Amino acid sequence: MSRAALNCGFIPLVDCAPLVVAREMGFAEEELLDLRLHRQPSWSAIRDQLTFGQLDAAHMLAPMPVAMSMGLGGVPTRIDVLSVLSVNGNVIGVSRELSERMRRVGSAPDFLSATVVGRALISAIDGRLRVGVPFPFSMHAELLYYWLGALGLRAPADLDVRTVPPPQMADAISSGEIDAFCVGEPWGSIAVEQGVADLVLPGCAIWQFAPEKVLAVRHDWAEKCPDTLTSLMRAIWRAGRWLSDPANRMMISELLARPAYVDVSPEVIDRALTGRLRVSADGSEQLVPRFLEFFTGAATFPWRSQAEWIAERWANRAGLDRKEALANGRASFRSDLYRNCLGPIGADLPGASDKVEGALESRTPVASFTGEMVLGPDIFFDRLIFEPSSKDSPKT
Amino acid sequence: MAPKLGIAIVEADRERALLIVDGLREAGDFDVSVVGDAASLVRQLAKMKPDVVLIDIASPDRDVLEELTLASGPLERPVAMFVDRSDDKITKAAIEAGVSAYVVDGLRKDRIKPVLDAAIARFHMFSRMRTELEATKEALSQRKTIDRAKGLLMKARDLSEDEAYALLRKTAMDQGRKVIDVANALVTAADLLG
Repeated sequence: MSRAALNCGFIPLVDCAPLVVAREMGFAEEELLDLRLHRQPSWSAIRDQLTFGQLDAAHMLAPMPVAMSMGLGGVPTRIDVLSVLSVNGNVIGVSRELSERMRRVGSAPDFLSATVVGRALISAIDGRLRVGVPFPFSMHAELLYYWLGALGLRAPADLDVRTVPPPQMADAISSGEIDAFCVGEPWGSIAVEQGVADLVLPGCAIWQFAPEKVLAVRHDWAEKCPDTLTSLMRAIWRAGRWLSDPANRMMISELLARPAYVDVSPEVIDRALTGRLRVSADGSEQLVPRFLEFFTGAATFPWRSQAEWIAERWANRAGLDRKEALANGRASFRSDLYRNCLGPIGADLPGASDKVEGALESRTPVASFTGEMVLGPDIFFDRLIFEPSSKDSPKT
Repeated sequence: MAPKLGIAIVEADRERALLIVDGLREAGDFDVSVVGDAASLVRQLAKMKPDVVLIDIASPDRDVLEELTLASGPLERPVAMFVDRSDDKITKAAIEAGVSAYVVDGLRKDRIKPVLDAAIARFHMFSRMRTELEATKEALSQRKTIDRAKGLLMKARDLSEDEAYALLRKTAMDQGRKVIDVANALVTAADLLG
């Protein structure tokens, strides 16, 4: 039987690992899938190439398909999210100078407390805070607005969020274009290596279970190629399961370090995988539990409520109709396809496709197909919870 | 008459930028400017207020332009990517050529088409030039290897240059390989033997 060819775009980041592993460890081949990975220069390029068919599938920031479903950002195309590729994994860093000022004004720095770090940051800034994020439609931007907004900083009066491509983040902070950044690994660690920034907070200290990257395809492609789609989803899901085994960590760093993928030394990549981050050029380290999750805690399941959370944030900022935004957003997270394609190969399926976001303080067993699903923790730093619009919706 | 269309080209390479400018000049009477410095991209574009922004699809700075598609303040002009599903063909052609265009919302398509056509033609030329350059480099390095192999044969077997080349060619033909492969093998062997 000939193998179906599938072109998939990715951005060089540690969280492209499920795609790389699916290809390199043979999970795609097992599914008779010729998974071709194409490194892309930017998120907008990945989006446009997916839209116009140069790519069949893509590594995307979770808010991108949701924003597209609301008609924001470029091309009005219906994009389906098949699964979540990674949860968490971002870091917030500040320039050495701002870091110094934070130490002078703040109480003892506490790397895992978004409240303590946020207050120190707000009292240390002089005027408007300029923060770099990789893309306007990103969890990085959402986390920043959420975090600093909750602590009283208002955009755009006090907060200027700017787009800076991840590999340029270190340069932007050293040239003084920005005061701080929120970025995915390895690029925060690279800024530390270059001695231009200190890491002050991991993204998961703001929201402990934030959907970060997703596996996205065009809706019409999903309709047209159901077999290839099933193969793709299965290969990626098995790759995620393989990634969750700590014994494979060294191999993952080595794979990702290759020039065709992330092209950064395996030692630096390893920091995101272990959650042991070097936060300053002086060598000090912080251990962050659940810094980046590929599989544990049903990380791969595309919860409709996650899409709604993103859609609501954007509807508020862009002044769109909330109800319509939520309906379009939730429709783009295809938990129905996830159930159909992955149930038969043993993926545990939750009883519902929505959850209350931010309600779990610790690991909690929930109703699922095999009865073994454990979720959480997933709380927001300010303890607010997000109720999905249709808690009692059928399993779709 | 409609005012001149303002076009900004985002391109750090001066030569390339000038070639695109020339291409656009041939296509019509536009007000063309070039932004080379990515760091101040948004600031500069906000000042210029172009109707169309052209940028290489392979440029990592593209994501920075995405901010403009969201800006709606009185100072920054709303810009949207020139993508209308009813005109897939030209957009597809642009993306394949590696051009991305951001165009002020509502600008008429017949005014944009010549701009995009010209840009697409220039971008195709760039990729042709790149292919030709690579071919030239490859040919040059092959000739160097073959020259070295000839020299080795001339010295070792006391042959003339023509005889050395004839021997290389005959060996290649006998073994069903290319002359360059035989030459490479000989050079590698000679290097190993010191």
